[in-house]
Amino acid sequence: MALIRITSPHVHKPTSTAGIMRLVILATLPGILAMTFFFGWGTLINIVWASALAITFEALCIRARNRPLSFYLRDNSAILTAVLIALALPPFAPWWLTAVAVFVAIVIAKQLYGGIGQNPFNPAMVAYALVLISFPVEMTRWTAPFMLYGEGWNILAFTDTFSLIFGSWVEHADAFTSATPLDEMRHRGGLTTEEAWRASDVLANVGAWHAVSAAYAMGGVLLLYKKIFSWHTPAAFLLSLGGIATFFYIISPDTYADPFFHLTVGGTMLGAFFIATDPVSSATSNKGKIWFGIGIGSLIYIIRTWGNYPDAVAFSILLMNLAAPFIDQYTQPRAYGHKASKRGMKEKI
Amino acid sequence: MSIDYRKITLDGLWHNNPALVQLLGLCPLLAVTASVVNSISLGIASTLVLIGSNLTISTFRKFVPDAVRLPIFVMIIASFVTCIELLMQAVTYELYQILGIFIPLIVTNCVIMGRADAFASKNPVSASLLDGAMMGVGFTIVLVILGGLREALGSGTLFADMHLLFGPMANNWTIVLIDDYKGFLFAILPPGAFVGLGLLIALKNIIDKRLKDRLLANAPTQSEIPINKRVRVTGHIS
Repeated sequence: MALIRITSPHVHKPTSTAGIMRLVILATLPGILAMTFFFGWGTLINIVWASALAITFEALCIRARNRPLSFYLRDNSAILTAVLIALALPPFAPWWLTAVAVFVAIVIAKQLYGGIGQNPFNPAMVAYALVLISFPVEMTRWTAPFMLYGEGWNILAFTDTFSLIFGSWVEHADAFTSATPLDEMRHRGGLTTEEAWRASDVLANVGAWHAVSAAYAMGGVLLLYKKIFSWHTPAAFLLSLGGIATFFYIISPDTYADPFFHLTVGGTMLGAFFIATDPVSSATSNKGKIWFGIGIGSLIYIIRTWGNYPDAVAFSILLMNLAAPFIDQYTQPRAYGHKASKRGMKEKI
Repeated sequence: MSIDYRKITLDGLWHNNPALVQLLGLCPLLAVTASVVNSISLGIASTLVLIGSNLTISTFRKFVPDAVRLPIFVMIIASFVTCIELLMQAVTYELYQILGIFIPLIVTNCVIMGRADAFASKNPVSASLLDGAMMGVGFTIVLVILGGLREALGSGTLFADMHLLFGPMANNWTIVLIDDYKGFLFAILPPGAFVGLGLLIALKNIIDKRLKDRLLANAPTQSEIPINKRVRVTGHIS
């Protein structure tokens, strides 16, 4: 019997950046479909528009920096950033809002720091946070899910959506705008959560948001199965958010929303599986990733409940991006044959 | 020792610009540059304090004991700041209210303290006077450029409210760049100032690099001399 001798490394095929990025973009497909199903054509139009802009800005920057153009353009990372921005923005965001966001993400948050692999912050989240604090009116103009209107699935026509995004806002706009469930839960006045659930139209249709979150989670599980990222960050993120929410829900169910609500509404799932797992801006070691996830989960709960903004995924992830080098410093794994290094304050001898 | 006035001028305006190179006085720089009028007023106030403090400190430089020089400098600077504050209160009361805490805070502006300690306490009066004026002007120019950028981006206007500083003749100096501009809050908020200042510094570095390259291109003989020589470890070193 002849044994085939194979030397290490035992990899089946080399993983390329472009391949990983393509897979992540594919994994957003369920989310894109769900968003389109419940919120209309806006998401798709935004994705196409944002991707076109992203490629243009990326090409201009690479040209200005004298780097090989086709090599960097072919890694798909700009398109992934664009897709994530388009998914995070409101579906009927006006065209210039998307343009500002993509410009900030690609030019300022990514290329000015040195291009792919050099950015300390997740570009999509920098862009999202910037437009959120700059244009509060446009950014809070979400649409109600289309299952709300009349009988059956009554989606806004493609051409109407197109003119809404690229033309004037006024025509049909007000009929479609609505608060998000997180807004509704936040500004419920003196009502208890129980009364808010009964009184609010938006919360009655929270199913659409659950469905979108489930779709993101499906994509995330696919990436987990494909070993694009390890389970540490999303698990720590979701468990800490859920754990804290459960704790406060048990203490006072009238004041605090239930953990299921926190996990399945807003940007939680998109953040947990597609943003926090960004290999560049997150912590490196497995132990570090767990702390990174815990930090994000707790910050989200704190800002959502006691802060000024209804959702906090972007801010929390940016804050933890800032802390990632610090986490890495203290969670460096022990190399085989070495003693664990001592970190922290030096003991006086 | 003759005083190189040209070098002092260039240092203040460009090579050692307090805002772009020394990165001093960032607190007022980032806080008040949301519009041109704020920037100009704070720039003028800082420049006046800088000139006055440099002049005074340089005059008395031989009588100040080294051990207590910093408290003495602070007192001199603080008295000038108080003068400016009272002056602004009397002449431009609205601006005084807008700039608020940042006028008294000129005392703690590192540019002024830095020039007092690093230059005025070691150099004759004329040089210190020029240094103070040029550092102040350099600081003011950066303030105004940043203020203009942020005002144009943030509110779509330029030179709005200039009458607060220049009186009724400036009533219609406002240039509206874009009609019906919705505003870009980011540029008005502090993060916009950080990004704006970063871009200005990058621009200065690019210009410096171009100038240096041109200088090297004009003097090719210098570059022919090999800079790095291998170190010989064994044998004779001649």
